[in-house]
Amino acid sequence: MSANAELAGRRANDSESEVGLWVFLASEVMFFGLLFYGYTITRMAHPQAFAIASAHTDVLLGSINALVIFTSSLTVALAARSLRIGAQRASVWLLAATLALGVLFLAIKCYEYYSDIDKHLVPWGDFALHGPLAGGERMFFFMYFVMTGAHAIHLTVGLGLLAFMLAGVARGVYTQKNSEAVELTALYWAVVDTVWIFLYPVLYLVHRS
Amino acid sequence: MSTVTAEPALPETESNYLANGYSLWSWLTTTDHKRIAILYAVTITAFFFIGGAAATLMRLELISPTPLIMGAETYNKLFTAHGVIMVWFFLIPSIPATLGNFLIPMMVGAKDVALPRVNLLSWYTFILGGAFVIVALISGGIDTGWTFYIPLSTRYSETQVVYGVIGVFVTGFSSILTGLNFIVTVHRLRAPGLTWFKLPLFVWAIYATSIILVLATPVLAMTLVLLAVQRVFGLGIFDAALGGDPVLFQHMFWFYSHPAVYIMVLPAMGVASEVITCFARKPVFGYRTMAYAIAAIAAFGFMVWGHHMFVAGQSLYASLVFSFLSYVVAIPSAIKVFNWTATLYKGSITFEAPMLYALGFVGLFLIGGLTGLYLASLALDANLSDTYFVVAHFHYIMVGGSVMAYFAGIHFWWPKITGRMYPESWSRLAAIVIFIGFNLTFFPQFILGLEGMPRRYFEYAPQFQFLNILSSAGASILAAGYVLPVLYLTWSIRHGSRAGGNPWGAKGLEWQTRSPPPVENFDVPPKIPQRPYDYDPQAEEAQRQ
Repeated sequence: MSANAELAGRRANDSESEVGLWVFLASEVMFFGLLFYGYTITRMAHPQAFAIASAHTDVLLGSINALVIFTSSLTVALAARSLRIGAQRASVWLLAATLALGVLFLAIKCYEYYSDIDKHLVPWGDFALHGPLAGGERMFFFMYFVMTGAHAIHLTVGLGLLAFMLAGVARGVYTQKNSEAVELTALYWAVVDTVWIFLYPVLYLVHRS
Repeated sequence: MSTVTAEPALPETESNYLANGYSLWSWLTTTDHKRIAILYAVTITAFFFIGGAAATLMRLELISPTPLIMGAETYNKLFTAHGVIMVWFFLIPSIPATLGNFLIPMMVGAKDVALPRVNLLSWYTFILGGAFVIVALISGGIDTGWTFYIPLSTRYSETQVVYGVIGVFVTGFSSILTGLNFIVTVHRLRAPGLTWFKLPLFVWAIYATSIILVLATPVLAMTLVLLAVQRVFGLGIFDAALGGDPVLFQHMFWFYSHPAVYIMVLPAMGVASEVITCFARKPVFGYRTMAYAIAAIAAFGFMVWGHHMFVAGQSLYASLVFSFLSYVVAIPSAIKVFNWTATLYKGSITFEAPMLYALGFVGLFLIGGLTGLYLASLALDANLSDTYFVVAHFHYIMVGGSVMAYFAGIHFWWPKITGRMYPESWSRLAAIVIFIGFNLTFFPQFILGLEGMPRRYFEYAPQFQFLNILSSAGASILAAGYVLPVLYLTWSIRHGSRAGGNPWGAKGLEWQTRSPPPVENFDVPPKIPQRPYDYDPQAEEAQRQ
């Protein structure tokens, strides 16, 4: 059996998990889709309040985080590709880089939450913004926390998976011939990144266009 | 037909999935789809009787127009418990997670589902979600109704809404995982040569259901998260005090919960198709149309949720569109009823218990479906909304439809699952008792609704008492009808006659193997038929004469 045929055979056998993951990602899209729907309807009812409230988010930290997480998309894609072509050491380093970027993202996000709390931007507490539009502004920050929170939970799950893959590739459990788990992790991570592509403008850039 | 005693008895020791370990541990750690199906069956049966007990108490209370055995608050908690348990812990998993789990891999000629460990995870997730709901019930119950409408559920209710919501949220993941598994199984594991249009309609139905499970359930999950956050922290986007929109919650809720009706009824249609064709000894009439109708129902089912909100303050133009689309869904549903009827025409019909249940399903689904058209009409709905007419309508679909079909399926495949026949006369008796009890319970409720009795009230005007007593009397017959199968089916596990591989002479792949099936389903690869449902009624009649 040639190497190619063997590879084809492996793909055919293993691809149940891959199809499964794609189906799962479809359900993830609906999961976040509901949040974007809730956001959209509420923003349409309160456009000014959303613009004002959005100006109170930390656009610098949000933008840095966008850079961080988009870069991690690149490293994780390269990590999966490296393993496929047999560059195991490169794959280990790239997975480690992805993991580090993910942790950095979370750290920045935590710091941002901390300063949000400090600035009284938590909608269900003693809210900093007053005036006639305060209701809409509170709802903006409600969506801000729920949406970034849901994203952060997904990202944390992704970090766990990445750590698992990193250990597996380093110890030789996942190899060129057994790379699917790493590829699927990369796919999941890509979706987590993609969500941020949409979260970033709707939360940080409302009035800054 | 049913020459069961003539079958040569299989040796007791022959290996099969049931003989593959007898300890509790071997069941709790199994990844065999057939055993997971049984784990689900046992669990949902327990939930069915908890939910049924709540309904029994409600019907008991409603014998009298004035308080009889409980207070209003208890009554609210009972109908909430009944709804939450029956919808999420019985009806939604009923046919897919039990019969679907058992049969889908066998019907496509596979050894197991595509992701066996995920399948077991799905059951544990279900148990975890169920545990939260049980905790909610024990620690005081929930009084919002299964719909969790805002602001009652967020601001005013002082009951265990959060536990209930967590339970439903967690259970959602078990739905998603089950649906995901079936989608992958049907796509990847079909035996060579088994093309889409050779698949049994049951597989089509479960496949369509799985798509809904995967795409609609996450919407409910996230909606419930928004609800829980708003309840716990005191404000959110549904909060009218901030300028938020409580009706938005209803849109989100019904975006899941209407398709959920099709999660309940599509698998039932799949079961009815298998059973009716078998006992009419005739291929399903219009097989392709049936398959397309299933797909159409699943697709249009996503676009009609607004018909739950005609009087909730949504825009009139939205209501018009939702009303129109609801009529559109009736077309593929009607096609299915016509095709079942046409399948019977010139068939060689026998009336074994599964057939009685399946015919009961068709009739009751027809009534439920047609009364749904009344409710889809804007002008009528303004009067009928939130009356007993609605209660009767959806019980005809869910109990008359889905539960009848579930029983049809359980009886039809019981010989395959256990290797034993159920007792035929007892089963026929139960089918008839359930049919009579069901109609006596719910038909009077149509009239109550037309006369204006609102749902979810525990006191009512005295002129409604006669019909309520009829309904409660029917409920006691229905309850007896539901206890019967538990007794005789349990009895038959040990004492039923041996079934043999194919007691019905049915044509599906699952009948080509032994009963109970071996661990890997087939001793030899199944033969793929040239076309599905290759029955021959003329030959059957000739043989009988």
